[in-house]
Amino acid sequence: MRPLSVRDLRIYGLESRTELLKVMRLPAYALPTIGFPAVFYLLFAVALGGRPQDGAKVATYMLATYGAFGVIGASLFGFGVSLAVERAQGWLLLKRSMPAPTGAWIVGKTAVSLVFSAAIVAVLVVLGVLFGHVRMPLGTWARLSAVLVAGALPFSAFGLALGYLCGPNSAPAVINLIYLPMAFLSGLWVPIEMLPTFMKNLAVCLPAYHFAQLALQVVGAGRGGPAWSHVLTLAGFTLFSVALALGAFRRDEGATFG
Amino acid sequence: MAELRGVSKTYGAVAALDRVDLALAPGQLTALLGPNGAGKTTAVRLMLGTCRPSGGKVWLFGADPSTREARQRVGAMLQLGRVPETLTPREHLRLFRSYYEDPRPMDDLLAVTGISGIADRRFGHLSGGQRQRVLFAAALCGNPHLLFLDEPTVGLDIEARHLFWDAIRQLVSDGRSVLLTTHYLEEADALADRVVVLQRGHIVADGSPADIKQRVAGRQLRCITSVDPDRIRQLPAVQSVRTEGSALVILTSDAEGVARHLLSHDQRLSGLEITGIDLEQAFVELTGKPEGAAARA
Repeated sequence: MRPLSVRDLRIYGLESRTELLKVMRLPAYALPTIGFPAVFYLLFAVALGGRPQDGAKVATYMLATYGAFGVIGASLFGFGVSLAVERAQGWLLLKRSMPAPTGAWIVGKTAVSLVFSAAIVAVLVVLGVLFGHVRMPLGTWARLSAVLVAGALPFSAFGLALGYLCGPNSAPAVINLIYLPMAFLSGLWVPIEMLPTFMKNLAVCLPAYHFAQLALQVVGAGRGGPAWSHVLTLAGFTLFSVALALGAFRRDEGATFG
Repeated sequence: MAELRGVSKTYGAVAALDRVDLALAPGQLTALLGPNGAGKTTAVRLMLGTCRPSGGKVWLFGADPSTREARQRVGAMLQLGRVPETLTPREHLRLFRSYYEDPRPMDDLLAVTGISGIADRRFGHLSGGQRQRVLFAAALCGNPHLLFLDEPTVGLDIEARHLFWDAIRQLVSDGRSVLLTTHYLEEADALADRVVVLQRGHIVADGSPADIKQRVAGRQLRCITSVDPDRIRQLPAVQSVRTEGSALVILTSDAEGVARHLLSHDQRLSGLEITGIDLEQAFVELTGKPEGAAARA
């Protein structure tokens, strides 16, 4: 690949801006993506958070887990559903026939996932401080936010694969079928410590579990595994997703008969 | 400019194209015709580089069609299900223009396609005709030398279609080349310098509209008659008989003879017309499929 030119960078920027504009004007997507984790957080971490003296601990713990939940959802749906729909429309084909830099449209959609992830984290942080009485040093806030937003990347890659594997009508259902059980079994709703042992053992196979553990470690509530093992697992998961996406893309190319 | 050399493309067990040679020349409008499933859209996709051939080679401006360099000089208007609706034409076009090294100025682009007034309205609020014009602008925004128009006037009313034809003619007289796929044979007849007919992955005809019509010799006789079509088929000089509604359309090299015969056998014969072969008739004869009947606008 040729080195990136300034012109290419401008294109990636414009692609991201255009994609963001497109998505933000869809309240049917934007509101639930940000609102869902916020409402869940208020409900489980703040309202039902247990005894007052435990309150801040629970609120802090769930900031990490519901942050992860929100970021995963934004990435899977943002990428997965929009890709499945735009593939079916033929829109993607039109864009691919133009002399855009390689993967410009992927950069655009990833930027949207990152922006929405950042928005979700920001909203949860505000709720945590105001209603959950979460108090942490500034450095911890920064590290937690960075880890959470960075999690958009592996799950955007998975969203890319799902977007190629699903049709436009089945995509939301399939993604929900993967997302919700995975979130629960990884301890994103109910803390993993409170789940039965066999579920705790199963969780190691789930990327959401590793993501949540990385976030929890920042706030000092991890289960004790070394950080690099979680990072490595997520990196492997990203590679797997990219390979899956490439395979699905090739199959897709061969399937459309005109 | 663009060339398919010995190109085959199979989807599973189906051969969409079978060892096809097709070279597009500059400054011409080539119409690619064929029944559904003939391979027209596949040929366009291969030339655009959005899919790869199973065999043979595709050239676009002397290079691999999937490279940015080759695509710089190409524009395409494809058949789309829907276009992202929350963006305005200006926003769509601003992004597309950024891909090209020498894009057409925005105001000029909007004016030429007649969308200056709706440039800032969300795509979802545009009518069908307006949407087609935006897609046309997207095809033109890079100042392409070669344009692919895949069924560009589907769903447009007669007036809009003729306006489009004028715009397309202007492009060709500017020196650009156009590859047009269409179901509307009168569109091909009106616009094309060259007609290529595909059927089941093979080219069955390639020439000017006049050449194609000449390949199918004779004249067309149309009438409403009670004479049995099978009896008419057995007459000498009758090449084919088909029904169109309540009328029979007879292709023959001796129109007067057939007319005399019919008139003497059926005093109640009506609606008699004798005309030259049009492109539609030629197409039917070449491919054996009544292409235009269902698609007449």
